[in-house]
Amino acid sequence: MMEFTLWDVVRNLLLAARWTIALSLTAFVLGGVVGLVVLFGRVSKSKRLRVAAMGYIELFQGTPLLMQLFLAFFGLSLLGLPTSPWFAAALALTLWTSAFLAEIWRGCVEAVPRGQWEASASLAMGYLQQMRYVILPQALRVTIAPTIGFSVQVIKGTALASIIGFTELSKASTIITNATFKPFTVYAVTALLYFALCWPLSAWSHRLERKLGAAHRH
Amino acid sequence: MAYQFDFVDVFKYTDVLAKGIAFTVTLIGVGGTLGIAVGIFGAWARGYSRMKWLDWTVGAYVELVRNTPFLIQLFFIFFGLPSLGVKLTELQAALIAMVFNLGAYSTEIIRAGIEAVPRGQLEAGASLAMSRLQVFKHVVLRPALQKIWPALTSQLVIVMFGSAVCSQIAVEELTFAANFIQSRNFRAFEVYFIATGLYLVLAILLRQGMRGLGNWLVFGRRSP
Repeated sequence: MMEFTLWDVVRNLLLAARWTIALSLTAFVLGGVVGLVVLFGRVSKSKRLRVAAMGYIELFQGTPLLMQLFLAFFGLSLLGLPTSPWFAAALALTLWTSAFLAEIWRGCVEAVPRGQWEASASLAMGYLQQMRYVILPQALRVTIAPTIGFSVQVIKGTALASIIGFTELSKASTIITNATFKPFTVYAVTALLYFALCWPLSAWSHRLERKLGAAHRH
Repeated sequence: MAYQFDFVDVFKYTDVLAKGIAFTVTLIGVGGTLGIAVGIFGAWARGYSRMKWLDWTVGAYVELVRNTPFLIQLFFIFFGLPSLGVKLTELQAALIAMVFNLGAYSTEIIRAGIEAVPRGQLEAGASLAMSRLQVFKHVVLRPALQKIWPALTSQLVIVMFGSAVCSQIAVEELTFAANFIQSRNFRAFEVYFIATGLYLVLAILLRQGMRGLGNWLVFGRRSP
């Protein structure tokens, strides 16, 4: 029988962690792009667009991510699209991320005082110009901390992709457990790896939040 | 499109779904209650206990839970702990994982509420010769819970969605029921679509329930 050393376990988990990082980055970047589109709908002047964006956000915030993954995985194949766990996971996580980011950013856009809208409108700026030159730059300052904070949720969310068969850190830990019969060690190391990925982001977000809070108090 | 949807085929398994819902409700009911109790203790330990080691331990616990996925916490408790001699049934492991998880999040949420209680209230309590624990219990806790009740409700909904993961250790909750049905009739999309709708309904009911509970326990006036 083959013997597995701790280093074997750690090395294989580290290799699998690359896929957790890749999936997180994909979901976060694409989710950010889609989220920006949803944000524009959510704060637009057209009521229809606002309602549609609100429904979109409610749908993805109001159902479990695991269900969304299942629906993406099984639903895509019904549409005749080639389904791989990677594609389904990336799609579901992107949509899920976009809904949360849109809602986070909405709060930040609405935190920009109304007067700024009126002032820029009085300078004859169009809606997109107002957003581009006046509102978003100011909202951006406030968004950074919660956005980084949410990236932690995305990384943790990728763990669910293991359930539809995408081999990232969590799936790898199950596979390695089945090979080594050392669940305690393997899952502890896995948890530590997730912690190593997430904690710096949490701490960074927390520090930015405090800095911004301090700036507001003075 | 060649595929014909058949939702009726899912409703043959209404009893399985009903049992799944019952398990999910049990998980969130028991896990939620105990988790919030842990959260209240944690918030007390961090802000009021005046014991450095306890503050530090709870802080480490909160950071550990908040920066690891629920799935891994669940697997560690269910598969990992038996090698230390702690053997748990699926349901026990799921409940412990949920309490462990929610406890950390609600510690932070409740702590934020406690920090928002004005200092003058504490001083007023102290000037009435209340002990620190009495001040915490009678002066601080209720206004703190009032402030953060909506946040706590949202966290409970998130934890309920997280409970879908408990299907992976064969707790027979709603997602497990959905998996079971689709393995029988191969109507995967239809089953998960219905299960997703059921989660949506459960989330709405949970929010309503928390509103009622809040009015009764936290916002309401109890007779002395």
